[in-house]
Formats: sequence, C-alpha cells, structure tokens
Amino acid sequence: MSYEAIVIGSSAGGLKALKIIFDNLNQSFTTPIIIAQHTSSRSESYLATFLNQDSHLTIKEAESGEKILRSHVYIAPPNFHLLVEEDFTMNLTVDEKVNYSRPSIDILFETAALAYKNQLIGIILTGANNDGAFGIKQINSFGGLTIAQSPESAEVPIMPQAAINTGCIDKIITLEEIAELISSICN
Amino acid sequence: MSLIEHKINIQNNELEFFLEIIFRVFGYDFRNYNKAHVKRRILHRINNLELQSISQLQHKVLYEEGYFDMILRDLSINVTEMFRDPGFYKSMREEVIPILRTYPYIKIWHAGCATGEEVYSFAILLQEEGLYERAQIYATDFNPVVLEVAKKAIYPVQKIKDYTLNYQESGGKNLFSEYYVARYDSVIFDQSLKKNIVFAEHNLVTDSVFAEVNLIICRNVLIYFNKELQNKVISLFTESLIKGGFLGLGSKENLMFTDVFNQYQVIDSKEKIYKKIVTSLK
Repeated sequence: MSYEAIVIGSSAGGLKALKIIFDNLNQSFTTPIIIAQHTSSRSESYLATFLNQDSHLTIKEAESGEKILRSHVYIAPPNFHLLVEEDFTMNLTVDEKVNYSRPSIDILFETAALAYKNQLIGIILTGANNDGAFGIKQINSFGGLTIAQSPESAEVPIMPQAAINTGCIDKIITLEEIAELISSICN
Repeated sequence: MSLIEHKINIQNNELEFFLEIIFRVFGYDFRNYNKAHVKRRILHRINNLELQSISQLQHKVLYEEGYFDMILRDLSINVTEMFRDPGFYKSMREEVIPILRTYPYIKIWHAGCATGEEVYSFAILLQEEGLYERAQIYATDFNPVVLEVAKKAIYPVQKIKDYTLNYQESGGKNLFSEYYVARYDSVIFDQSLKKNIVFAEHNLVTDSVFAEVNLIICRNVLIYFNKELQNKVISLFTESLIKGGFLGLGSKENLMFTDVFNQYQVIDSKEKIYKKIVTSLK
C-alpha cells in the first residue's frame, strides 16, 4: 500500500510530541503531513516556526486554496478549521467549534479521508478531550491506516485512549515508533 | 474502481444535483462554495436525520416543510464575534478612520453580516471616533433568520467577557459595559447604535450592487467560496466602492491572487485592509 498523505491530531502536550516525531523522521521522508493542533484561539501561530527550526521539510501554516505538496507539512491556523478538498487542496473555515475545538481534528480527518481514501494515515497524539475519535473511524472505514500514541507514553492519555476505544486503531505505539513506522512505510 | 470509490462517486454526483436543484427551486446558489465544507455539512445532516443518501435528503427538502430552512441554516456562515481580531479594528481606527473623516457623509457596507456582532462593533468604533452621525450603514446577509437576530442586538451574556477583552485590545476608548445592559442571561446593546443601520437581505452570489460606498467589510465569507466565486464577489465589491474606498477582509483572506489585485493598494497586509485606487468602469 502506498500512502499519499498523513494527518495528525494533537492537543495538550502536542507541541513536544510533534517535535519528537519530526526529530526522528528519516531524512528521505517526503510524504505530506497535515496537522490540527489545538491551541488557544488568542494564540499567535508559532508552531510552524517552532517545528521548522531543523527539519528537512518545509513546515508552514496552511492557507486557503493551497495545494498539498510533497516535503511539506501544513498546520491549521489557530481558530480556523482546516479541510482537505478532493482535489488535494486545503481550505479554512470559521464554523462552530467541534468538540470545543477550532481547529477540530475530526473535521481535518473526515475531509482528508474522503480525499485520500485508503491512501491516508491518521495519527492521534496526546490530548485531554476526544476530538479525532470520529475522524479515526472515518479513516478506518475508507481503509486508511490509523495510529494512536500509546496512552501510557502520552503526556495526557485521554485523546489517544478515546481513539483506541473506537476499536478502529491499527497501531498503538510510542512517538519514536510512530516516526520510525511512517519513515519506513512511506518510502 | 473500488467499492469505496464507486460510493464516493455516487455521493459527489448526488451532491452536485442537490446543489443544482436547490439553486433552481429556491434561488440560493451554493454550487461554487468549497466542496469539502458543503459536503461535510450535508453528510452530517443526513447522519443526524438517519437518512441513507443525499437523494433521500433531496426528496425531503423538495417535498416536506422545514427541511429547506434546515439546509439553509447548515450552509450559512453564522459564527462571528464582537471585535473579532482586535488588530483589524485597531488598524481601521488608525489607518482608515482618518481618511473617512474627510468626507461629509460616509456609506459602509457589512456584507455577510450574519448575526450582526461585527456591525455593532464597527458602530461603536464610529461613535467613539465621532463619525457615526454622518454614516449610513448597510448590513446584509442572505439568511433572513440571522438578520432577525442581528436587528435585535441581543447576545448571550457568557460571551461578554471575551468581547470585552477584544474591545480593549482593539483600542476601545470607553468601558465596554457602557454599550449594553445585562438582563438575565442576555445583554442588549444600546439602541442608539442601530439608528443609522439598515439590515437587508442580499445574496453576494446572486444579487448585484445596490449602492456606492466608502467602505466594505466582508470577513470570513470569501474563504467559503471557490476561486471563481471569490473573483466574482470581489468584482462586485470593486464596482460598489468609490475610488479611494476601503475593503476589509478576514485574516486568512487575500486579494493577492484575485483578478482585481492591481486595482487596490495594500493598507495593512496582516489585517487585510485594502484601498481601491482606480475609478470604477461603468
């Protein structure tokens, strides 16, 4: 199976978790990654800058209408939902919060599943609510690969646990193992 | 074609027909909205009504009362807040107001105003800058239900804390509490803010220009439209603005890649405020 894109949802503790994944990615890794990280609606967007520091990938905030490219990592801007279109572009909305969150992981995952079908990997990391669980079910129903950070290795285990509880998670592993797994299967 | 691809193909065709028939029967045109958003809204509605397909929903919308209103609500953009993005209002105060002040009479158009929070925010700003009395404000939306809410100027009290913070950050000159009265779980805004506001139904997709204005504020509406429709609506705005008039968009919206970019000067690139520098072709 070849995977065309990876979506990641993270919340409380997500910054550190994402950093560990990016630090452990293989240098030849080029599969596009799209991230919904919960942040306060008042926060400025610093995540892209933070992660960009020493990555071989271009890490940036997603823009409306932007085409998804290889070797790029896209991050949902604070206070906007990020949606993937079936023509592999991205769009933003200011719709109601979903699971008290904007960006919502569910919205990213649901729309990415429709676009990439079984060529998508969905990953749920540390967090304190259950956003992303519904999205994981969608990815799973289209035949994509689903991964949850193992709750005991997560700073806050609630979100990966909620994803695991759907019964739709294929792999439950640590952050280092996630980096290793996606590095090897996306090559 | 796999079974899943087949299913998605059917769904996409059903969606296209559904939007087409809604346009032909009800006159609301969602055909050039971004697809992922519209599809997600419709699929959630189907799920919620425990239906099996978009075709089933279509039947209900066409033949049963109340269903169209539900779809209209699902597809309209109603999330807004007072002084949303305080930096935008600060920039308006500093960069745009001084120029508006040079006109004896100003017309302002809030396009896609939803429930009106940003209209009243701007009305407050105009009052504080001493410009309200010479302003005519048009606040329009395609959805009559949200306009009714806007006309009342009554909002839930639990949002006031956030709005107060926004107001302060936007460069507000008074105490925010001077503008409203709280009662039970609601606040009602000062009725004097409404005096020069006309609320009216107007559909950016299907209606045309109705006035020549000095300032258009249309925030977080264009992000729902595809490129083609964005260009169409921005042309409408360009036609409506006087030479030297201003356009304020949402923080993730941009004139950069549109057909009319060379007709505008960037006033604030972060807050997305533009000034029209050419004369309208009539």
